[in-house]
Amino acid sequence: MSPATAVPPILKSNHLLGIEGLSVAEITSLLDLAEEYVALGRAKEKKSPLLKGRTVINLFFEPSTRTQSSFELAGKRLGADVMNMSVRTSSVTKGETLIDTATTLNAMRPDILIVRHQDSGAAEMLARKLDCCVVNAGDGSHEHPTQALLDALTIRRRRRSFEGLTIAICGDVAHSRVARSNIHLFSKVGARVRLIAPKTLLPVAADRYGVETYTDMYEGLKGVDIVMMLRLQLERMTGAFIPSTREYFRYWGLDRDKLAHAKPGALVMHPGPMNRGVEIDSAVADDIEVSLIHEQVEMGVAIRMAVLDALSRGLCAEGRNV
Amino acid sequence: MSTRRTVFCNARLIDPASGLDAKGGLMVENGKIADVGGRLFGDVDRNDPEVIDCKGLILAPGLIDMRVFTGEPGSEHRETLESASRAAVAGGVTTIIVMPNTDPVIDEPSLVDFIRRRAEATARVRVLPMAALTRHLKGEVMTEMGLLKEAGAVAFTDADRTLSNTRVLRRALAYASTFGTLVVGHAEDPDLTAGTAVNEGEYATRLGLPAVPAAAEVMIVERDIRLVELTGARYHFGQISCRASLQAITDAKARGLPITCGISAQHLALNELDVGPYYTFMKVKPPLRSEADRAAMVDGVASGAIDVIVSSHDPQAADTKRQPFTQAAFGAIGLETLLPVALGLHHSAGVPLGRLLGALTSAPASILGLPGGRLAKGAPADLVLIDPDHPFLLDPDKLHSRARNTPFEGRKFQGLAVRTFVGGETVFDRSADEAR
Repeated sequence: MSPATAVPPILKSNHLLGIEGLSVAEITSLLDLAEEYVALGRAKEKKSPLLKGRTVINLFFEPSTRTQSSFELAGKRLGADVMNMSVRTSSVTKGETLIDTATTLNAMRPDILIVRHQDSGAAEMLARKLDCCVVNAGDGSHEHPTQALLDALTIRRRRRSFEGLTIAICGDVAHSRVARSNIHLFSKVGARVRLIAPKTLLPVAADRYGVETYTDMYEGLKGVDIVMMLRLQLERMTGAFIPSTREYFRYWGLDRDKLAHAKPGALVMHPGPMNRGVEIDSAVADDIEVSLIHEQVEMGVAIRMAVLDALSRGLCAEGRNV
Repeated sequence: MSTRRTVFCNARLIDPASGLDAKGGLMVENGKIADVGGRLFGDVDRNDPEVIDCKGLILAPGLIDMRVFTGEPGSEHRETLESASRAAVAGGVTTIIVMPNTDPVIDEPSLVDFIRRRAEATARVRVLPMAALTRHLKGEVMTEMGLLKEAGAVAFTDADRTLSNTRVLRRALAYASTFGTLVVGHAEDPDLTAGTAVNEGEYATRLGLPAVPAAAEVMIVERDIRLVELTGARYHFGQISCRASLQAITDAKARGLPITCGISAQHLALNELDVGPYYTFMKVKPPLRSEADRAAMVDGVASGAIDVIVSSHDPQAADTKRQPFTQAAFGAIGLETLLPVALGLHHSAGVPLGRLLGALTSAPASILGLPGGRLAKGAPADLVLIDPDHPFLLDPDKLHSRARNTPFEGRKFQGLAVRTFVGGETVFDRSADEAR
């Protein structure tokens, strides 16, 4: 018996493509497992030999600092060989299709492929074509499951339970995969979710998700326990969805004045990287009393270790599932 | 501080907002209406200096003109806020909504502020600016509607331009609805309309002028109604001119959409034949339509299907109008003929006075969310005293606008503004004006 099969399985699927397909039990088990890795990450000896001999490939078609390094560190702490491939150095820029790139990588026999792509559904397509585990590290405007899991872990460590919590997700909800994954997750675990944004940035039919929508921050933040700010994609927003960043900050940027309308003791989160003075005021972002932004980064590594751990439990002890 | 008080007695009070039409009186205190009602002040001393004897004439809320173009800033030789306000008060208009297509375009909060300060310093009426819906009126990038609204913009419009990019318009409407603010649209398909001068039809063919069909308006009306349905924005068609547009808007209103519309006085009084022998003062946007369309527009005002009547006052200097018809500028002045044209519809077409005055006062006030436009306690004392029967021939030299491009030269009218008040103060008195 190999160690990989000695522990109980956590995920029913061989892939982590989104939050939508996860059960509450799967989410809870992942969060519980991640707690162990939080402790490991704070110890002097941060490594575990769990994935020794395994190969993890980070395939990033969109620039990313935080998510990519977080996955890389998670893989390395678990003893895997981690290879980073980013779009600038890959042959995708030479005209190769996504499938060709992936099948080429597949021939190198990785155990786990972590993929970020600008198109929604890209991770799912790869999962159908390849025979390794696929982790969605963000696909278009669809899902970013590890971000939602790390957000949940961060909140659970501060608030113990999700029941009865009101969570406001503010900003560019329409284009945000982080928002979609979080809406799924927090709705599943019993929290109430509100979306606050100008109408141009609210997704159509958002009410069908079972969430409340607001266009006014002051109104929407009333009684909120957690304020999650989203990054405004400045490069494609200005002029098209909002007239200017100064107007955006005036009405939807989180400053102390707006935060004062939330529940006393409300906490602030941001998936990063932040646009200071656009969606969030530095006075709020840097206030360690309310800001969980750095904690989110720490939880990110723990969650990704838990995800790699959970997926590796489904891998055949002798090698890959072929 | 002493109370400034004026009493109006012996008036025929018409308040379209409440439906009041009765003999009575009204009291003004410190610029606001303190009391109003039938049979009020019947026994007051008419020689008291604080008392104005209305001698049975109509006392109504001052007119609110939702569509006024001036040349300030940028083309002050055509019209300034001050000269437009002189024309306004002579026409019984106490609030003008000015369009943003000036030079520079009113698309910045500081420019909204400029208009308001400039008007405060020079104009005799209330001047409320609309701001541009898109930057530089280019139809590409939406303006800072939140900040502009805070600066005092009462609505957003690209003036006489129609957005052709529906994606931009959809987003602008969605963004506007975020702030619950009004968007005012102009309905003329830009491509079909380009280079044309008059309404397409037999008369245009005889004149040999490039012409645009009424359908160019209707298709934009129908398009914009769909976008309103998608976005929930409050939308006002600044001016429509044909039966099919009105039908589309009536249907949209019946479906509960937040849509209203206006029409210019010219389009109620004139038709395509008035272009006559290439008379450039008849060249307006949209063009004067067929008699059937004009009659349908009058019916629309009478039924209430058309909400607002505007002057679409557009002063042009002689050099831009004294041109071959196709090259001449669009536009006609109208602040001083707005009320006489409306009264003409009462006299000749039997449109109820209350309905006509409502389209000039309470309707624009409610669409724009203004406190005026009604005879009610607490409302600003912006008033007009109207002689509905006084006959006159329109003499362009007696008009107060800096421009002379009226399409009504020599026309017979019946009824005009006798005296105009803003905040309870007399800003126009015809007897004094005629003695000048």
